[in-house]
Amino acid sequence: MKHVTIPSGASLPELYRQWAGDYPKFFKMDTLSKLGFLLTEMLVAGEEGRFTPREDRAVLVFSREGCLANDRHYAASMADFPSPALFVYTLPNIVTGEIAIRNKYAGETSAFLMDGLNQSLLWDTVRQSFQDPVTQSAIVAWINCPSDTEWEAQAWLIERNDLM
Amino acid sequence: MTKVYCIGCGVVTPVGNSPETVLAAVREGRTALRLYQDTPEPYMASLLSREGFSGPSFLEHIARQAAWSAIVAAGIDPAGPRVGLVLSTIKGNVEQIGQADVSLAASANRLAQALGVKTAPLVVSNACISGLAALLQGMRMIRSGDYDHVIVIGAEVQSRFIVTGFQSLKALSLEPCKPFDAARDGLNLGEAAAAMVLSATPHSAAEIYCSDSFPKNQFSATNAWELVSGAVRNDANHISGPSRTGEGSYNALRCVLKGVDPEELAFVNVHGTATRYNDQMEAIALNRAGLQNVPVNALKGVFGHTMGAAGILESILSMYACDAGIILPTQGFSQMGVDPAVNVSEQERKTDKMAFVKLLSGFGGVNGALLFRKGGAQ
Repeated sequence: MKHVTIPSGASLPELYRQWAGDYPKFFKMDTLSKLGFLLTEMLVAGEEGRFTPREDRAVLVFSREGCLANDRHYAASMADFPSPALFVYTLPNIVTGEIAIRNKYAGETSAFLMDGLNQSLLWDTVRQSFQDPVTQSAIVAWINCPSDTEWEAQAWLIERNDLM
Repeated sequence: MTKVYCIGCGVVTPVGNSPETVLAAVREGRTALRLYQDTPEPYMASLLSREGFSGPSFLEHIARQAAWSAIVAAGIDPAGPRVGLVLSTIKGNVEQIGQADVSLAASANRLAQALGVKTAPLVVSNACISGLAALLQGMRMIRSGDYDHVIVIGAEVQSRFIVTGFQSLKALSLEPCKPFDAARDGLNLGEAAAAMVLSATPHSAAEIYCSDSFPKNQFSATNAWELVSGAVRNDANHISGPSRTGEGSYNALRCVLKGVDPEELAFVNVHGTATRYNDQMEAIALNRAGLQNVPVNALKGVFGHTMGAAGILESILSMYACDAGIILPTQGFSQMGVDPAVNVSEQERKTDKMAFVKLLSGFGGVNGALLFRKGGAQ
């Protein structure tokens, strides 16, 4: 089981240059998606067969606030001209889609919200997701970013066997 | 694997507040879709009346109402130690953003408290497939052995936030939407709440508790609907547009139909938002999955797109339709507008089959399929 974290307030463009560097779409993403994208880069860097399309890896993102930081940006744009570029990020599961697109993960992707990091509820839910017989591994992340400058961001790469 | 049954349903919609009345409304072709002018640009939507409502959250109000109906029908004690709660909503109380804690997790907590649920609630917010993903989550909780009953609630209310967002994406039609039709030009937004009580046993305590004044629960004892299998798959293609090859939708269908003869299916109740891309994508996925001859219907022409409620509301109506021996019509459809074609059920049809698939797709590239079957039929 591999585990990574991004400290609150860390420079995300710097981490992007360190871990990715070849994916300019990163800069269009909201903070939630940026954090999920970077956490995954850190987890799967150097993995054999990376970018080969696969259906056996799930992406499960847990949060309390979800995409509310971006929702506030969209709400501010409404008064002037509602921004479609901001609106598409007003969904807590877009981060899972960004990770899937980058890594060609065609398996299950899901966003879950709970009132603060409840470890037992989180890991029960992860374990339950392996009831899908196709899923052999999962990117599991807890990302809570009430603002664009303060967050909790950690992720695990879990293999089916880790949970047995 | 543990079987999972639906033993109680509840709905709140603009055309009725019980599955029976809503089914009757759909059969009569009734809809609440109309043009609203309270945003800079008008929009067509199916909205609930706020008359007589006062309280901090209309969303939680309708979610509670649907959940109580389902709980009463199922006759369970929501405060039991092995009762779980899953909430499906996409935007929750977002209209109050900046004025209150509009987190979806806070809504789920308040709902759990109001219903007396003692276990920690979980929110599934997977864009437009949220309702289906929440049902799948409920199934998994039952199968984990940790829960006897799981209350799954889907709810969505519309607001300037959501309406202007879809307008900015040019996704809305100004007319009642036309799923799978050649002239379809976008979706309508809708409000609803819907709830199911899932159970490891098909028995409904309602039979024991309910007096004659309660509506008889048709999911009781020997004839409960089973939620057989579900899958969520990502297109891994685009965050706001569906795959041109229907990849994720096809993969989800392939998973749930493993070992299933398409002949067994009464119908596939599709997403059918009536946007050009969604319906075309679903047609490709259905054909790839070998379902081109299976009747297909869509209910967005009645309710609009009820977002977090859609997966649960449309599944409930599909169960009740099968029980009534019918395939519901696809309101708004008249001329085949997808290629390859699918077998769209334009008018109400009869069926004696007791299985169907619910299909949904959403932003973030997510797709979901769920197979329902009744009473050991196979």
